[in-house]
Amino acid sequence: MSAADTPVGMPSPDAETRRSPWGEVLHSLLRSGTFLTGFGIVLFWVICALLGEHFVPYDALADDIINALAPPSAEHWFGTDQIGRDVFSRVIVGSRDILTVAPLATILATVAGTALGLLIGYFRGIVDDIVSRVLEAFMAIPVVIIALLAIVALGTSKITVIVVIGLSFAPIIARTVRSAVLAERELDYVAAAKLRHEGALHTMFVEILPNVVPPILVETTVRLGYAIFAVATLSFMGFGIQPPSPDWGLSISSNYGMIGGGFWWTVLFDALSIASLVIGVNLVADGVHGAFND
Amino acid sequence: MTDKNALELKDLSVAYRVGGRNRAVLRNVNLTIKPGEAYGLVGESGCGKSTVALSVVRYLPRNGSITGGSIALDGKDVMKLDAEALRRARAESVSMVYQDPGKALNPSLRIGRQLTEIFELAGVSGQAASDKAIAMLNLVRISDPASVMQRYPHQLSGGMQQRVAIAMALANDPSMLILDEPTTGLDATVEAEVLDLIGQLRRELSASILFISHNLAVVSNMCDRVGVLYAGMLVEEGSTKDVFNDPRHPYTVALLRCLPRGGQRKDQGRLDTIPGFLPGIGTNIAGCAFADRCALATERCRSEPPPLYELGGGRLSRCHYHDKAQSLPRATPAEIAAIAPKQAPPVLQVEGLNKTYASHGRPLRAVKDVSVSLRPGETLGLVGESGSGKTTFARLLLGLVPPDEGGSIELEGKQLAPRLASRSEDQVKAVQIVFQNPDSALNRSHSIRHILSRALKRLGGLTGKTLDRRLDELVRSVRLTDRHLGVKPRQLSGGLKQRVAIARAFAGDPRIVVCDEPTSALDVSVQAAILNLLADLQSKQDVSYIFISHDLGVVRYLSDKIAVLYLGRIMEFGPSEAVFSGPHHPYTEALLSAVPKLDRTETSRIRLDGEIPSAANPPKGCVFHTRCPRKIGAICETQEPELAEAESGHTIRCHIPFAELARLQKPKTMQPA
Repeated sequence: MSAADTPVGMPSPDAETRRSPWGEVLHSLLRSGTFLTGFGIVLFWVICALLGEHFVPYDALADDIINALAPPSAEHWFGTDQIGRDVFSRVIVGSRDILTVAPLATILATVAGTALGLLIGYFRGIVDDIVSRVLEAFMAIPVVIIALLAIVALGTSKITVIVVIGLSFAPIIARTVRSAVLAERELDYVAAAKLRHEGALHTMFVEILPNVVPPILVETTVRLGYAIFAVATLSFMGFGIQPPSPDWGLSISSNYGMIGGGFWWTVLFDALSIASLVIGVNLVADGVHGAFND
Repeated sequence: MTDKNALELKDLSVAYRVGGRNRAVLRNVNLTIKPGEAYGLVGESGCGKSTVALSVVRYLPRNGSITGGSIALDGKDVMKLDAEALRRARAESVSMVYQDPGKALNPSLRIGRQLTEIFELAGVSGQAASDKAIAMLNLVRISDPASVMQRYPHQLSGGMQQRVAIAMALANDPSMLILDEPTTGLDATVEAEVLDLIGQLRRELSASILFISHNLAVVSNMCDRVGVLYAGMLVEEGSTKDVFNDPRHPYTVALLRCLPRGGQRKDQGRLDTIPGFLPGIGTNIAGCAFADRCALATERCRSEPPPLYELGGGRLSRCHYHDKAQSLPRATPAEIAAIAPKQAPPVLQVEGLNKTYASHGRPLRAVKDVSVSLRPGETLGLVGESGSGKTTFARLLLGLVPPDEGGSIELEGKQLAPRLASRSEDQVKAVQIVFQNPDSALNRSHSIRHILSRALKRLGGLTGKTLDRRLDELVRSVRLTDRHLGVKPRQLSGGLKQRVAIARAFAGDPRIVVCDEPTSALDVSVQAAILNLLADLQSKQDVSYIFISHDLGVVRYLSDKIAVLYLGRIMEFGPSEAVFSGPHHPYTEALLSAVPKLDRTETSRIRLDGEIPSAANPPKGCVFHTRCPRKIGAICETQEPELAEAESGHTIRCHIPFAELARLQKPKTMQPA
C-alpha cells in the first residue's frame, strides 16, 4: 500500500468556502428582503399575541356601553364597538387564537400529509392509485362543507377547527411530498438501502425524508397562509373561534352589520390585521421558496 | 503567415465572484489559433477549459468577469464590441457545440424549424432556407434529411442530435468553431462517428477549431496543436505529436501516465497517479501551481513562478526543469497490484438468465439467455454500447429486479433467490455494488460516518466498540482518514465520494462487487487511483468484480474475463486477453476500433452505421447483422448463430468460423500486450 495514494489535506480543496446546505439557506434568507419583511410582520403579531395584553390601554373584553360605537379618537385610537369595547386593544390581542389554531392545523396537515406522501410515493402501484384518488376526491370538497359536517358531528371547538383544517390540507401536502419522493426513490442510495435489507420504514423516514424536507418546508409555509385565511373564514361564519374571544374573524362577523351605519372602524382594523398576517406569512413562504430554489 | 489569427487571447484573466471575493479562474492565458487550425485544450475538470470557451464569446456566467487581457476574433477585439456588434459576431463568426446535444436543441421545435431559423436570421427565407437546411444535414452525413427535418429532438439518438447540433453550428459558416466536450456523453461507437465527421468537415470547411476535452486520446486524434491547462494557466503547448510523445511539463507527463495504455493489466503493476488536489479557484499561487503535486519540485519551484519557457519548434513549457520533466518519479510504486486468481470452484455461476420487460404490450428482451461463471478474485468485464443490457444484467444479479423464470444464479454453489427480499442476510451482503454516480449513491443528508456505520451494522452485523474498530479499518482500507467521517458527501470531491461508496460495498466482506462505470464521472488522475484501489482490495480480499465500463482500456486493465453484450445477448465471452487480442467477434472488433488511441497507430477502421436496434424489435437471425461489417450473407439474416467455443474458454456467437475470423482480422486492430 502506498502513501501517495492517500488523499491528504482537507476533505476537498475548497471545503472551507462551502457552507453546509442549511447554512446556505439561512444565509440567503437573511439577505432576502421578502423574507425579512414577512418575518417582521409575523413577528409583530406573535409578540402582540404573547405580550399584547400587558401594553394595551384597555381590557379587550371590558364593555363600556356609554362609549359604544365611538369613532377613532385620542382616547380610543381605533374607536369602540357596539358594547363600547376598545377596538385597538381587541385588534392587538385578537391574533392570539388565530396564531394558535392556524399553526397547529398546519402542523397537523404537514405531519399527516408527509406520512401519507412518503407512503404513496415510496410504494407507488396500487397503494398510490387508490390513495391518490381518495385524496383527490377529498380535495374536491370545499373546506367549509367539511367544517360544517365536522361541527355537526363534533360540536364547535378549537380542536374541531384544527382537525378540520389540518385534515383538509393534508392531501395537498401529501401530493407535494409524493412527487418529491417519486424522484428520490429512483436515486441509487435507495437501491443501496435495499441491498442492506433495510425495512420500508427505515428507507422512508431515515433515508428519504431528510432529502424531501425543503419542499415540505416551502409547502408548509404556503399552507400556513391559507390556514390563517381558513380559520378567519370559519370564525366569521360562526364555525370557528367562539365568543367572547376578540378574534378578528369573529369581530368582523359580529360587527359587519354596522358598516351600513357608517361605523367602519368596527370592521376595518380587524380586516386589515387578517390581511397583514396573511401577507406576512406569504412573504415568508416566498422567501423560503426562493432560498431553497436558488 | 500574415493572415489574421482566427483567435488570439492575450494575457486573458478571468475571475468568478464567489462569497463576495473575486477568485481567479484563468491567469494570463496566451493562446493563438491560426486560420484553419484545430487547437486542443486539455486538463482536468476545474482547470478552466470551459471558461476559455465562454470568454471568447463573452458568455460568462453573471458572477464571472474578464479581469485583464484581450480577446481577438479575426483580428477584432471582442472586449471592445458593443452589444450589437457582439451579437453579430456571435451570429456570424463563432459557433459553439456543447457536451449535451439534448440540452442544446429546443425540445418543442422540429429540427427543420431550428435549422431554418438560423438562415432566416441571415436573411434567407422560405424554400431557400429549407433547401439550405437540408444541405447542412447532408453535410453532417445525415441520411434522409427531409424526414429528420420533420422530427423533434427527442426522436433522434444522441449521435444524431449531436450531428444536428454541429449542422446548426456550421450553418452560419463560422470562422471559429468551439467544441466543448462534444463527444463526452456518447457511446464509443457514436463518439467515433462524430469524431470522424468533425475530421471530415475540417477538410471541407475553412473553420478554425477550438476543441476542449478531458480525453487526451480524442484530442490527439483531432488536433494540430494542443495546450495543457492547469489551475487556469497554460502549462504546456506544442504540436499534438510533440506534446503527447515528448511531454515537457510534469503535469502532462503525469496525466499521460494515469491512463492504462497498450493493454496494461492489473497483474502487470499499478497505474501511476497524481497525488493531492488541483488548487482551489482563486488560491494565491506563489511559485509553480503544480509544485505541491510534483515530485521534481524544488525550493525554486515553490517561490519563483516559472515563465513559459520557449523550447523551440513552437513548444512552450511552464516548468523550470522542463528538460527533466520526463524523469518525474512515479507517485505510486508500480509493484504488482494484483495476483493472478487461483484455480478455485466458481463463486458465481449464471445459467440461462433472461429478463423480459413489457414495452407497449410487446415483450422487450433486455437480457437473453446469458450464462457466465466467475471464480473468486476474478473480474468479469461487461462491455457493449448503452442499451446492450449490461446494467440490467447487474441488477438481476443484485436482485434489484427479478429475472424471468427458468434461469439460475448460483453463489458459491447455492441458488440465489430471484428477489432481494427472499435472499438470506449472508447472500445479500455477499453481492454488493459500486454505482456510477456517487452523488446519487450516497445519501446527501447523512454524514460519511452514518453511511458507513449503517452499512457495517446491517451488512457486518456489528455494534458498539467492534463497529468503531471495523469502521476505522474500513476507512483506512479505502485510504480515507478520520477527518472525512464527520462531513457530508457534498463536501468531498468526486474521487473521495467514490472511495466512500467502495467502502460501503466492502462493509460486509462481499464475495462479488458489481462496479457499474465507477470511474466514468472522474478525472483520469482520480480514475487511476480508484482502479488501483479496486485492484488492491481484490488481491487482498479475494473478491470478484463484475466490472461495467464503456472505456475498454479501463475494462482491459481490471478484467480477467470479458463478456461482450449486444441487445441483451452475449456475443463473445472469454479470457480478457483472448477477447482483446482476437480473433474476435465482428462487434468486438468494431468496438475496439472505435476507441480513440493516443498513439495514432491506426491500421483498420471499422465504423458501425446507425444505432443499436430496439430490444423490443430485434433483427431476425443474428441480431447484429444490420450493422455487421463482416456479414456473410442470407444465413446471417435468417438464423441466429450459436455461442460456439472457438478456443478453450473463448466463445463467439458468429456464423463465420473461427479460423476464417482469424484470417479476416489478420492485421490485428490491437496488438497483444
